[in-house]
Amino acid sequence: MSLKVKSLKELAAAPQWLTPGHRMCAGCGAPIAMRQLLAAAPRRVVVGCATGCLEVATTIYPYTAWRCSFIHSAFENTAATMSGVEAAYRSLRRQARVEADFVFVAVGGDGGTYDIGLQSLSGMLERGHRVVYVCYDNGAYMNTGVQRSSATPKGAATTTCPAGEASPGKRQPRKDLLAVASAHGIPYAAQAAPSHWRDLVRKAEKAFRAEGPAFLNILAPCPRGWRYDTAQTIELTRLAVETCFWPLVEVEEGRWSITFRPKKKKPLLDFLKPQGRFRHLFEGQNLKMIEEMQREVDENWRRLEALERLTAPAEGLRRSS
Amino acid sequence: MGEDVRPGTAEAAGRDDRARRRRTALTGNEAVALAMRQVEPDVVAAYPITPQTDIVQFFASFVADGRVKTEFVTVESEHSAMSAVVGASAAGARAMTATSANGLALMWEVLYIASGSRLPIVMPVVNRALSAPINIHCDHSDAMGARDSGWVQLWSEDAQEAYDNVIQAVRIAEDPRVLLPVMVCYDGFIISHALLNLEVLTDDEVKEFVGTYRPDRSLLDPDRPVTVGPLDLYDFYFEHKRQQAEAMAAAREVIPEVAAAYAALTGRSYGMMEAYRLADAEAAVVVLGSAAGTARFVVDRLRREGRKAGLLKLRVFRPFPASEMAEALGGLRAVAVMDRCDGFSAAGGPVFNEVRSALYGLDGVRPDAAGRPQGRAPNGPPLVVNVVYGLGGRDVDPEDIEAVFDLLFRRIEGEEPRGEDGAGVLSRSLRPSPNTEVHYLGVRE
Repeated sequence: MSLKVKSLKELAAAPQWLTPGHRMCAGCGAPIAMRQLLAAAPRRVVVGCATGCLEVATTIYPYTAWRCSFIHSAFENTAATMSGVEAAYRSLRRQARVEADFVFVAVGGDGGTYDIGLQSLSGMLERGHRVVYVCYDNGAYMNTGVQRSSATPKGAATTTCPAGEASPGKRQPRKDLLAVASAHGIPYAAQAAPSHWRDLVRKAEKAFRAEGPAFLNILAPCPRGWRYDTAQTIELTRLAVETCFWPLVEVEEGRWSITFRPKKKKPLLDFLKPQGRFRHLFEGQNLKMIEEMQREVDENWRRLEALERLTAPAEGLRRSS
Repeated sequence: MGEDVRPGTAEAAGRDDRARRRRTALTGNEAVALAMRQVEPDVVAAYPITPQTDIVQFFASFVADGRVKTEFVTVESEHSAMSAVVGASAAGARAMTATSANGLALMWEVLYIASGSRLPIVMPVVNRALSAPINIHCDHSDAMGARDSGWVQLWSEDAQEAYDNVIQAVRIAEDPRVLLPVMVCYDGFIISHALLNLEVLTDDEVKEFVGTYRPDRSLLDPDRPVTVGPLDLYDFYFEHKRQQAEAMAAAREVIPEVAAAYAALTGRSYGMMEAYRLADAEAAVVVLGSAAGTARFVVDRLRREGRKAGLLKLRVFRPFPASEMAEALGGLRAVAVMDRCDGFSAAGGPVFNEVRSALYGLDGVRPDAAGRPQGRAPNGPPLVVNVVYGLGGRDVDPEDIEAVFDLLFRRIEGEEPRGEDGAGVLSRSLRPSPNTEVHYLGVRE
């Protein structure tokens, strides 16, 4: 797929579907991710949003921060709801009862996507609805007060997996949702971070152009849940990428590509250190957990490189970029 | 194939209206699938469950054969079925689904979102028992459990009424005074799978009757974007719920209006309820669903024997026609309310509690200043007993309903309730309070 990424000037001039003045916390990664994503929308957009921070803080009746049409139904069904919206669009377009062009975005946090909304997401991807599903992954149920989800990284303390005398925080690694989504054979799936906005916008443009469902997993730090200073949001996602904790990858028609290779891979410690949710790891016997986590990050990177080689186009075929 | 179309097949449900007002033999599910094809919604999202499955299959073949323009979304669960029709309806499409029992239970959360978002979705519900234990047969516990979810509920006595109700439901739901979703309930297997010779409209007649859905607001209006489903706190939520209550009250006007328009088209006339031989009756049963036909047969038989029996068939359970109910039953001596659902309140089933509540405090049955009863209730309000019947598809025979009337006539003659009441067909009654009798029809102790 060849495309020209919008310039910063063009992005700045794009319609602001999500306006300032919403009530998300200072430093929240989610609205930053959404604004970057929506700046890449090629046409009018309809946004469907799962119950969560983004929904409750942008649509407090009688106000709305959305200049586009927006629908919230429930926590676990945003993909199914947007399946219905997209089906209605196809039907009404065919009957010439709707003439405008739209693109469709479904948004959920990691709780609404990795956990309770996974079935609904799977159904939407399998049926092939032309909807871009975006997960803003902040690694816990932040809206209800930082409970663990299957996106919570190993070693993080949350209110339902607190660190204590007998526990080092969450013991299980994060679910690999990008692999789950791409296993549906959809045309486009990717992982992105707001610090690498050019990469994110490029992926959003590809997602919007995909002839079918697309999935984007965007890292969205939460100062409350991660426990860091609100000014550090973008710096933290940069560290997540540069430590390879959050690799920037895409899966295009089944081909895996790493879209950003850090010149010098930083130690995972650099990402963990500024965050209060990992503070207990730096005490006593928990230190060995950091080594374990570093091994897992390294292993994951090797796996991605292997996937990249494995799914590369056959000799003689040129990959479009 | 001509007229030799095998009943129970998609061909049967999709037959053309070659003859206007043709009588044709269809199962309940065929009739409902036919009504859906004739309405031709913009979006149908559905998931199979016995005994609703036929509808999904028939509709899939209409789509496969290019007979409808509908977008058919084969969702992965009933929760997603209801979610998808919520999205489609909010996007300005006429949207339908259908389900039964556990499927309806799985939709639960989203039922309230459909009604609270004021989306005029129409959904046939083929009534079936809820698990556990698992049972696929007729029972009203599924739809009765959803009675307070803000949906209009139309109930059907047979395939003809189910067909007629689906078509009327579209107009009721979409009326600007209502804008609420509508369930069309009909009995699993007894109606859904039994053949009935019924009268169907032409496609054009149905299309003209339901018109085109043109909502005021839609997600796909490029000039007026809308936010659907916002966070609504203590400063506005209550007002929105009050508006929803008013919409349900408005449905009480709209349902008879739509029924009158439908009667003008078809000659078949439906009210909120049907009072059958009630005018001079002393004892009556209140029934919804297919057992109404059996009850009507029993009333006729008792009338031939000179016993003043009557039937009140309830067609609309939500909104509940309380005043019509009081008017129709206020002058009787004894009434048995039949519930195909227990409700487990330990104080009677859901229909019983609504009906008896409707009869309480009526002007017509209050004594006048001199202490004499007035109005239509010269003897005071009727005795109302509850009969739970037919759970999990247990058959209800004319003899069963006769036993219910026998009980009522014994009460009228002054027999006091006893613990062993109705030994035989009627079980020992539960007596949750001195004035409440709950009998179980045809159950083993």
